[in-house]
Amino acid sequence: MDNSMTITNAQYLLSQGTGENGSIKCIANGEHVSVPMNPANRHYAEILRQVEAGTLTIAAAD
Amino acid sequence: MTKARTNASASPAVGRNMVINGAMNVAQRNTSVADLGASSGYLGPIDRFRIGAGTTAGRLTASQTSDGPNGISANCLKFDCTTADTSIAAGEKLLIEQRFEGQNLQRIGKGVAGAKQVTVSFYVKANASFTFACELYDHDNSRQISKLFSVTSNWSRVELTFPADVDDGSSPFGDDNALSLSLFIALHAGSNFTSGTLNSSSWANATSANRHVGIDSFYSSTDNNFFITGVQMEVGPVATEFEQEDITTTLEKCKRYYRRIGNTGDASVFQMLFSGFMGTANRAYGSLMLSPSMRTQPTMGTTGTATHYAIMNENSNTACSAVPALDGQTSEQTVFIIQDTGSDLTVGQGVQVRGNSNVTAHIAFDAEL
Repeated sequence: MDNSMTITNAQYLLSQGTGENGSIKCIANGEHVSVPMNPANRHYAEILRQVEAGTLTIAAAD
Repeated sequence: MTKARTNASASPAVGRNMVINGAMNVAQRNTSVADLGASSGYLGPIDRFRIGAGTTAGRLTASQTSDGPNGISANCLKFDCTTADTSIAAGEKLLIEQRFEGQNLQRIGKGVAGAKQVTVSFYVKANASFTFACELYDHDNSRQISKLFSVTSNWSRVELTFPADVDDGSSPFGDDNALSLSLFIALHAGSNFTSGTLNSSSWANATSANRHVGIDSFYSSTDNNFFITGVQMEVGPVATEFEQEDITTTLEKCKRYYRRIGNTGDASVFQMLFSGFMGTANRAYGSLMLSPSMRTQPTMGTTGTATHYAIMNENSNTACSAVPALDGQTSEQTVFIIQDTGSDLTVGQGVQVRGNSNVTAHIAFDAEL
């Protein structure tokens, strides 16, 4: 499966309900997106893959 | 007298086509995209059809074009080669792909006793004669099969029947919402995919070198173009007539994977995106029901420019300081959106988030495979 994409500027967003990391905002293939932390989501799966590969770091929430 | 072919296979008369948007009628993202080929995967311009490329110097423009074969579809997907690539490196490829959830493929019964044949059909034409490949790739079990087909300068229907894959009885598709199968149309490939022997007679464990052997290259000249529509995949040994579907049904199917709100192209109206309330002085909360439900929790896309968005509060328009963002409390049925303003508003007041006099404003939800 080829789901590779260019992801930059990744940063956690706090969930309003829990106050914990709830989603990730980033730029994926040039589009500004926010990504739910669900492995079935293709963007999150790719973020996990790139973090594991050491090619992407997710900044802490503001 | 020639007797009309009937639906003599195991496929039902309605709903037999497992391909979504095979008539190329829905294009929510855009209708034309130029300079494709550099990145590995692009979704669009036609919903549910992915364009896969790999390290090519070739470039193309992909568009939804109103040049379909009469009586099949008014629309087709057109590829126009804008940069040729005649020095084909090993890893290069150009693919048109549709991905399928396993739970939508259970009728095939693949990988176990009683597995059924699958027939793929589609209408194609090009600027000249070419040979390309159609491949079925089982992601759950890393098995595949490919068949070559010919294209001419006139519309013609390609009909390819793939054998059943009983395997050793242990390679079914997962009955879930995950990726199980890809239908590929291969238009260009390097030696990583062409140096072996085409695996065309029966399903086999995937060997890259056997996947696209014997195909021509779409990137051989900037004269080249390629058109495809009427894509159908059904159970059984017969390519039945292309199944026509009303636009409402097709659009609803597409929305399980992608939907876009706003960006209607009409500058005379504000792009209304969602309603909510001021949760704090400078942050609005809103929600949307997703109907039909999406495949999984979706990613939310935006234009990337805060000035494209505004908050309507009472009778005033307040500029936003960021693009809308998705809160973690989101499901495949509902999304919870946060929207920051550039100046303080009254906590608890109802608001509408909309495009700031800009027809490009949109939010989009992506649960593609």
